[in-house]
Amino acid sequence: MPTPVITANALTKKYKDFAAVDGITFEVAPGESFGLLGPNGAGKSTTMRMVGAVSTRTSGDLTILDMDPNEQGPEIRAQLGVVPQADNLDTELRVRDNLLVYGRYFGLPRAVIAKRADELLDFAQLTEKAKAKVDDLSGGMKRRLTIARALINDPRILLLDEPTSGLDPQARHILWDRLFRLKEQGTTLVLTTHYMDEAEQLCDRLVVVDKGQIMAEGSPAALIREHSSKEVLEVRFGSDKNEGASAKLEGIGRLEVLPDRILIYSDNGEAALVEVVKRGLEPITSLVRRSSLEDVFLRLTGRTLIE
Amino acid sequence: MSVSTTTTPRVRVGRAWYVTEHKIREMRTYAGTLIATAIGTPFLYLFAFGVGLATLITQNVGPNPDVTYLQFVAPALLASAALLVAQEEYTFGILMGLKWNPIFIAMNATPITPRQIVNGIFLFVVIRMAITSLIYFAVMVVFGAVPSAAGVLIIVAGMLGGFAFAPVAAYAATIEEDRGQFAILQRTIILPLTLFSGTVFPLTQLPIYLQWIGWLSPLWHASELGRQFSYGPTEPIWLTVIHVVYLVGLGVFGWQLCVRNIARRLNK
Repeated sequence: MPTPVITANALTKKYKDFAAVDGITFEVAPGESFGLLGPNGAGKSTTMRMVGAVSTRTSGDLTILDMDPNEQGPEIRAQLGVVPQADNLDTELRVRDNLLVYGRYFGLPRAVIAKRADELLDFAQLTEKAKAKVDDLSGGMKRRLTIARALINDPRILLLDEPTSGLDPQARHILWDRLFRLKEQGTTLVLTTHYMDEAEQLCDRLVVVDKGQIMAEGSPAALIREHSSKEVLEVRFGSDKNEGASAKLEGIGRLEVLPDRILIYSDNGEAALVEVVKRGLEPITSLVRRSSLEDVFLRLTGRTLIE
Repeated sequence: MSVSTTTTPRVRVGRAWYVTEHKIREMRTYAGTLIATAIGTPFLYLFAFGVGLATLITQNVGPNPDVTYLQFVAPALLASAALLVAQEEYTFGILMGLKWNPIFIAMNATPITPRQIVNGIFLFVVIRMAITSLIYFAVMVVFGAVPSAAGVLIIVAGMLGGFAFAPVAAYAATIEEDRGQFAILQRTIILPLTLFSGTVFPLTQLPIYLQWIGWLSPLWHASELGRQFSYGPTEPIWLTVIHVVYLVGLGVFGWQLCVRNIARRLNK
């Protein structure tokens, strides 16, 4: 395996007695697309800030591009692109100017920045908005501008904290397409998300994080294989009746009883549904689908990702 | 590919200037208002004090009987203008960058360090104060408010006065939620300091038990320093030295405290 670009070993961040990140260990290879999947408050953003060399770790080891962020923060940050969870574009500047001022922070000559800014606006499909005010952009456009800004220094690693949080489906797909292109170009991507579909789309490998700890690690497919069945049958009996119905479902497959529905894990969802009906139950709705990372998370933590 | 074989981009220490550059670019969006205010304000004040109030006050402005009221009040007016600029940037400018339009957080993700961010902002404040003070000074000359060539140093005195407000920036860097702290600061500290700072009348006109307010006020030190340059000396040299030491000392203290507070806040 090539030398990892990020190595975290027993990485810990505490705020007084509370451990936001509680001894996590992982490596990211160059060119890899690596994800941290977990619910809000799992410690993903804190991990990202430490990797971004802007938050001092409490204990453990962290190496980024062969450097220690405690010692060489500016040198590390010079080679990172950061897309934070909350947009922090300068709303007092126009779209293109945001790229120009940001490029200067990396010590790049003005001519180089100007050329890259135009290329990146094109990449982010914002060329026509170059002179627009930031506040006049849609949420998806702001995100794309933030990504373009993060690429101004041609970073070796791009850190994305919840890149599509709060965007509508169409805007998410445009963004995924752009990120996928970066991945194809060999940019190392590290992203956090609480959307399982996003993790499945973009990550070669991911860790499932909960309460500051890593619960599982692997490729999306491997995680699903390991921690869930091939298919899932979702049945609804009505809010008050799910609990009662679940008693009659024992033995068909592993059950997860949620407030609004029951999940039955089985390698053959249709056969499981036949069995449910055979037992004299009549679900209001039923759905057979493939297992997803959501199911993996539910299995590992007993909770859903989006609560 | 081994990561160690690639070149590490240059990281230089003089990058505070990029922060200043950024702020100047921002300033362009409201440059019209800024310049109109910078030109309009001195005219308003000099007309009011120099043409209006000066007709009423013909004595008691210091030991030198040749000094007119306009000449007496002008260095203090310029210092007030510089202070106002500094106060605006040290309060709203700082909290804006941390919270409302969080550009400091964006800068922090780049090779720029928190110290360079603060240095860049402070340099920007110096530039803004210089623009305001230069325009003010030019208008003062037109009004005949500066009797000597050394009076040009009023600009430096005024800017030192603004810099001495740096502890306000350090305080602003600690504010998490805006609950009107700046308004309270303005009414309970800055306004009294302005009223009792020997700006429009000599501090010695006040009873001794109120004069200490002026001694603490950067505005009094800056105004008196400006007066020494304009038509001085009107005080012993040691007092002039104290003005400089006090203003520089307070400024450096606030500046370094601001670096510490911003660094702490950005390292979450």
